[in-house]
Amino acid sequence: METMKCLDVTPNDLPWKIVYDAHRCTMCGSCVATCPFGSLEVKVERRRMIFSEGDFPEPKSRFSAVPVIKQVNNLKHYCRGCGSCEKVCPNDAIKADRNPDTRHPLLVRMHGGDSIKRGGRKNIATQERTLDKLVVGRISQMTDPSLDANRHTFDVLAPFGRVLDPTKLKVEVGDDGKLKTSGPAPPVNWIYPIMIGDMSIGALSTRMWEAMAMATAYLNEECGLPVRMCSGEGGMPEKLMRSKYLKYMIIQIASGHFGWNRIIKAMPHMIEDPAGVLIKIGQGAKPGDGGMLQAAKVAEHIQAIRGVPKADLLSPPNHQGLYSIEESVQKMFLSFNAAFKFRVPVAIKVSASATSVSVYNNLVRDPYNIVGGFFLDGIDGGTGAAQEVSLDHTGHPIVSKLRDCYQASVKQGRQGQIPLWAAGGLGKTGDLAADAFKMICLGANGIFTGKMIMQMAGCVGNDQGRCNACNTGQCPVGIATQIPQLVHRLDVDKAAQNIVNSFLAMDHELRKLMAPIGNSSLPVGRSDALVTTDKNVADRLGIQYAC
Amino acid sequence: MCRIGAIKSLNYTHPSQALQLMQSQQKGHDNSGFAMMMQDLGGIFADYKDKPTLSMAATDEGVHIAETLLSEAGFHRVHQWVPQINAQPGLDIEAMPNYVYQTFDFPKAFANASQEEKEALLVATRLQLRAALEPNDMGFVYSFWPDVLTLKEIGDPRDIGTYFNLWESDDKFVAKVITAQCRQNTNYDIVRYAAHPFFLQGYTLLANGENTFYQKNKEFQTKLHDGYLGFESDSQCFLYSLHYVHQQLKWPLPYYKHVITPLPFEDIAKRDDKEVLLGIRQSLAHLEINGPNTIIGVLPDNTMFTCCDAKKLRPVVVGRDEETVVISSEVCGINEILPERDWEADVYPDEREVLVIDDKLEVQRWKQ
Repeated sequence: METMKCLDVTPNDLPWKIVYDAHRCTMCGSCVATCPFGSLEVKVERRRMIFSEGDFPEPKSRFSAVPVIKQVNNLKHYCRGCGSCEKVCPNDAIKADRNPDTRHPLLVRMHGGDSIKRGGRKNIATQERTLDKLVVGRISQMTDPSLDANRHTFDVLAPFGRVLDPTKLKVEVGDDGKLKTSGPAPPVNWIYPIMIGDMSIGALSTRMWEAMAMATAYLNEECGLPVRMCSGEGGMPEKLMRSKYLKYMIIQIASGHFGWNRIIKAMPHMIEDPAGVLIKIGQGAKPGDGGMLQAAKVAEHIQAIRGVPKADLLSPPNHQGLYSIEESVQKMFLSFNAAFKFRVPVAIKVSASATSVSVYNNLVRDPYNIVGGFFLDGIDGGTGAAQEVSLDHTGHPIVSKLRDCYQASVKQGRQGQIPLWAAGGLGKTGDLAADAFKMICLGANGIFTGKMIMQMAGCVGNDQGRCNACNTGQCPVGIATQIPQLVHRLDVDKAAQNIVNSFLAMDHELRKLMAPIGNSSLPVGRSDALVTTDKNVADRLGIQYAC
Repeated sequence: MCRIGAIKSLNYTHPSQALQLMQSQQKGHDNSGFAMMMQDLGGIFADYKDKPTLSMAATDEGVHIAETLLSEAGFHRVHQWVPQINAQPGLDIEAMPNYVYQTFDFPKAFANASQEEKEALLVATRLQLRAALEPNDMGFVYSFWPDVLTLKEIGDPRDIGTYFNLWESDDKFVAKVITAQCRQNTNYDIVRYAAHPFFLQGYTLLANGENTFYQKNKEFQTKLHDGYLGFESDSQCFLYSLHYVHQQLKWPLPYYKHVITPLPFEDIAKRDDKEVLLGIRQSLAHLEINGPNTIIGVLPDNTMFTCCDAKKLRPVVVGRDEETVVISSEVCGINEILPERDWEADVYPDEREVLVIDDKLEVQRWKQ
């Protein structure tokens, strides 16, 4: 029996196997030229050919060297299953098939002594999605009429900012019997309940970021939907900060404080206030971890915006110098409120955790009325780069945690005073409006999403290990890359148009969900509108069990 | 569906008028109950306007418990009215053994008490009575307030009128303000407390339609005031919101409308008082109503008002002659008791209006 090198990497060890049909291939080379990961190469194979030359069949065989497309067998250039080769092949000669026998997780650790890093979302499906077990089961009929989604007017808006207890409203009755303001109130912006989540310029290509910003501006100025977009950590282009479109942007500060040097310098030149400031403490995809932008993606313009050299940019797990919630309120919230002279609401984003309710309860007691939103991000949230062990094995499902926080506010009679915004795998099945609506019924004021926005622009990654290569900077569709050739693949106008169209469709769907329950305002906390056929879900969320 | 009606008159009016007002709207309700409140009382109650009258239906045991409790609290009975029961066979009524209408002197300790202290005492005492009579349905305490009387029962409104001998008009059992509703709250359990009008600390409210924000309203109100309880009907939320806005926050009545049916954000943005309106909408988002409703309310000074939901999904009409104003779900009710009025002067309030009727019967239309 022949010997073999058992530890060599072969296609069968990798997560995706290239299926290639030499008979269909025209040798155009498009697949090799397209594959951003270098997973394909042109090779020459010795092949046996059977042929006949005479008038009657007279089969002969010969061996000849023929060019073929081969899969690269190494861990640096392994196929991610993005499907670009299949997309460009004019003759259906090539595709990537999922390999259920992959040994990739073992090989990476064995060969590199390093853990797996990738982008995307949690790839281990531990259960059926809770949101899919909920349906809108309380329909208006007979006792009260359904509304008409096309004819009636709807108030589809959510608060971003600190809402005062009614007894603390600064109003008094004037001589004319009308209420008048008698003091300042915290700023509250009423915005669209689906926010474009925080994805940094750096994680995304300039074109992708521009497409989102364009879509945001278009939705506001042409469609009347006050959609807001969060910058993510790492700052923003100075030109945008000096433009009138800043009012549609929520600026993020995370533990690395990246980009804030430039933001502060731009402040005197701002002609509009930003829509808000979001202090990122944690992220659902990788709770307890800071941001991660690998050197491959730290392009020149990112170095300029952030004021950093070309190196791996790792934000620390914590905001340095913070000791407690109370301290964070006094230091961070106060300073960011003060930065814009208390005109701009300041909110906090944390990863969902078993401790979220404690954090929320503490913030709700904020005596200064400066905590303007609680953004809760669940385990199914996405990221541009993280350790796979964090992505798959840390975090907390969003649905029950959001519900817990809302019920904590009910217990204190402080519903809505710190608006709740939820994220983490929402829209995973493509129905973002339905997910948003259900979360709103459970107590969210609004939701935010990043991954869905990328998918609107053409991201092909999924939660079964497809692509997930955002961290490499080799995004095949030009979204999460800084390589100019790849960036050019993204049609910025088309991507913006896709985002706009998706929002318009979602807006219609939200109305189609509000109308049958008879509501023209968002049914925040109307869990009576939901039913579930899962008794455990019913008990846990406090909604009606149906069977 | 409920049908609601209200009469406010310069003259003392007998409840038979309220029965007639509601009877003609019989097709619109389901004959499952009748409830009525009389305020600004005349006749046999005319001399007791500043003393609290207890309105209660109870078992013998319940009456005993209530009397003991009131006596221990220092209340002294000064007057009572016992309805003349006409228990004909075949009447559709689920009668209680006793209907108690007794007027009391305040406890001596409260002789020099402020109005606020007296009001707090009456609210607390009613809640105490209610809690004490709750076990085994020993009794239902509807109101304990000066110059206010409540009658509620399960059954056919026509038979309930017969049972209490209310079809025969007289000048002894009369009031200048009468509010009435037919139908038990059949969306939920048949409970006497679920029948409108509801009453709290001088505020009376009755409504029709479904409160689709019931859960939100209820969850928020539960933390606001000890008296916000029961929630046997989703319409109780409207009373509690009225009480909270007008009595607790002490905001003028127009702001009740801004709380329950806030203007759309784009309309608020065009207003001079947008800061106030936005602040209200934000802070009291959970008191918004978002279903089909008409509300009739009476304030402690007997000012009566009506308004509807933001889409006018439940109608209401106000008609009047020189001496009486009538509010009704359907105009046929007004035709019944004010047949000679100028019907062209009837007012059908729109979705952004509050109609307010003061003691001089001046009808004001407030635009939101």
